[in-house]
Amino acid sequence: MANKLIVAPAPHVQSSQSTPRIMRDVVIALVPALLVSTVVFGWSVLFVTALSVLSCVGFEYLIQRFMVGGKPTVGNWSAVVTGVLLAFNLPASIPWWIVVMGAFVAIAIAKMTFGGLGKNPFNPALVGRVFLLIAYPVQMTTFPEVEGLDALSGATPLAAVKQGALSAGSLNMQDLLLGNMPGSLGEVAALALLAGFVYLLWRKVITWHIPVTILCTMAIFAFAVAWSRGAEGSAMWQFPLFHILAGGAVLGAVFMATDYSTSPMTVRGSVIFAVGIGLITMCIRLWGSYPEGMSFAVLIMNSTVPLINKYVKPKRFGVN
Amino acid sequence: MGGVHPSENKLSCGKAIEVLPLPDVVMIPLAQHIGAPAVAKVAKGDKVLTGQIIAEAGSFMSANIHSPVSGTVTAVDMQPNGQGVRQMMITIQREGDEWAEGIDRSETLVKECTLSAEEIIAKIKDAGIVGMGGATFPTHVKLSVPPGKKADALIINGVECEPYLTSDHRTMLEHGEELVVGVSILMKAIGVDRAFIGIENNKPDAIAHLSKIVKEYHGVEVVPLKVRYPQGGEKQLIAAVTGRQVPPPPALPIDVGAVVCNASTTYAVYQAVQKNKPLIERVVTITGKGVKEPRNLLTRMGAPVQSLIDAAGGLPADAGKVINGGPMMGRAMINLSSPVTKGCSGITIMSGRDAGRREASQCIKCAKCVAACPMGLEPYFLSKMAQKKNWDELEAQMITSCIECGCCQSTCPSYLPLLDWVRLGKQTVMGIIRQRAAAAAPKK
Repeated sequence: MANKLIVAPAPHVQSSQSTPRIMRDVVIALVPALLVSTVVFGWSVLFVTALSVLSCVGFEYLIQRFMVGGKPTVGNWSAVVTGVLLAFNLPASIPWWIVVMGAFVAIAIAKMTFGGLGKNPFNPALVGRVFLLIAYPVQMTTFPEVEGLDALSGATPLAAVKQGALSAGSLNMQDLLLGNMPGSLGEVAALALLAGFVYLLWRKVITWHIPVTILCTMAIFAFAVAWSRGAEGSAMWQFPLFHILAGGAVLGAVFMATDYSTSPMTVRGSVIFAVGIGLITMCIRLWGSYPEGMSFAVLIMNSTVPLINKYVKPKRFGVN
Repeated sequence: MGGVHPSENKLSCGKAIEVLPLPDVVMIPLAQHIGAPAVAKVAKGDKVLTGQIIAEAGSFMSANIHSPVSGTVTAVDMQPNGQGVRQMMITIQREGDEWAEGIDRSETLVKECTLSAEEIIAKIKDAGIVGMGGATFPTHVKLSVPPGKKADALIINGVECEPYLTSDHRTMLEHGEELVVGVSILMKAIGVDRAFIGIENNKPDAIAHLSKIVKEYHGVEVVPLKVRYPQGGEKQLIAAVTGRQVPPPPALPIDVGAVVCNASTTYAVYQAVQKNKPLIERVVTITGKGVKEPRNLLTRMGAPVQSLIDAAGGLPADAGKVINGGPMMGRAMINLSSPVTKGCSGITIMSGRDAGRREASQCIKCAKCVAACPMGLEPYFLSKMAQKKNWDELEAQMITSCIECGCCQSTCPSYLPLLDWVRLGKQTVMGIIRQRAAAAAPKK
């Protein structure tokens, strides 16, 4: 026979998606926020991001090459995603060696120790960030000042409101939407992050369930708190809106909580996971000692994922 | 729930059914249906007529087989099938085309059917009709509703959700009247007063054509369905049409009152009951991106697959895979001189570039397989448990519900062979269940 025929069991069709394509799409979805951040904080944003990406990719390559063995995995772009996300969680003014240290914790400890992509129980970028937040609290909470927002003098809106220096209603929501506020370099531009969210939905990288559930849970919770505190009129909606737009809510909901290997496998499980993140975030923000609780909330809920996967099963066909 | 959207690639949907010239030699496997193989009733040297019975059903769960041509039996022996597995086949050298007596070959539409339900089912059994959508379940078995159960709806499967294939589509368009008469005959056979013809919305011409015809028939309704693979899976179709979900195995469609019959099979039922014509020919789609002339060919059973490929312009130079069926559930072939059988709705030819499996990487837990599974299973987990030979866990996670539609594997961005493992697990678990049942049964 002239032709050699391939024989394999069905299906004979494979996905047009691939792991590298999915990871590249996540990077593309993060670009708008990166650009806004560069406009707000200056060129140091690009330096921190590039350093973080290079460190993450470098550590993964070295660990794979010299410790784990096997085929190199850096080609799947997942270390790039971790690098960008870690950078997005750092202040633009952070010293370079702290960035490298964060990248080491994220990749070496949180990811490769567990077997690499798909096996890590906790979001690597957030493990890196939380490690740095605890180890270097001063550097991690010193944010460059932003023009036109002198009242904040370098404190994030969440911190300022928590300390009572400001009320949520006194902030210009437009500034929050466009990223005109102090904060970690990737968390400030809610609108740019939402554009990335739309891109990820269009490319079928993630579904809407986790991000929308987290943000809705936070909004409803904030609304209930505002109501119980006797808020009236515009304060009723300003408080929930402030909590969604300020800090890392959108970044966490869209890009952190949706990390494949650290989120549940079923839609029902994802909703439980997302409600948990929303509630824990709000509790830390309102009554905890940190002004922001998104990172902790995601990590805490990450730890419940194996349990959720074990007990929350999809609706089986034909079973009531 | 679940499902995927593979590219439809219905290249041959606008091509009218054409008749493939009669093959010079045909090979007829005795096992071309689910159940016991048929028992050969001819021997080397026998003369046979077109439509004459040459093998009889080996048990209730089996089907008769008729000669698709007239001529001389030259061998009854083991021959390799499409997958290279040797099985018993009857080889007939064709001489002319002389038909057995009593078969009405005219095109005249015969609407009236005065037979009783038992007589209809007996005629269908005599004609050797089996499900022509690919599953090849003997139709008379499906129509014999077991005591204590009751059918209340007949569902005709005109979904044809497999990419590329168009044989049901063309049959519905070109033999709509006969098909609907077939529906009314089947309704009588199982004693129901309503029937639904499910058709995916990507075939608006077939929907319009049959909708017009069914107006004259009481209780028959065309149901347009969302385009989503595997909409034509039996359980998915029943759920889409009636809203009822068939419980997990061993439950059957009849447990929710449904009997499902494929569109081409329904046309064959018309021919058997009204025209006394046994199942000796069928429409086969010959298709593929590299195929010069994708066509729908009315083919006698037993014709070599190669003759269909030649009729479509020959095997393309870049051909890498020839599939008996469509790309989602079809079986890859290694032997192109093997014959067309009752379950062969199409031959899909893929280029070497599209056909090869890409290198698998690690699972990234994207959950796309879970979202795609139309049965609500977790393919990533079943695959892992099958690799670990954890049969108890597989049974608990309902692996026997898997319909092997391939959605999981075709949606996996890491190109993992999920269904390979799930199939292995499912077969093993079903074996364990059978053994357990045999051990529990009282000894004779």
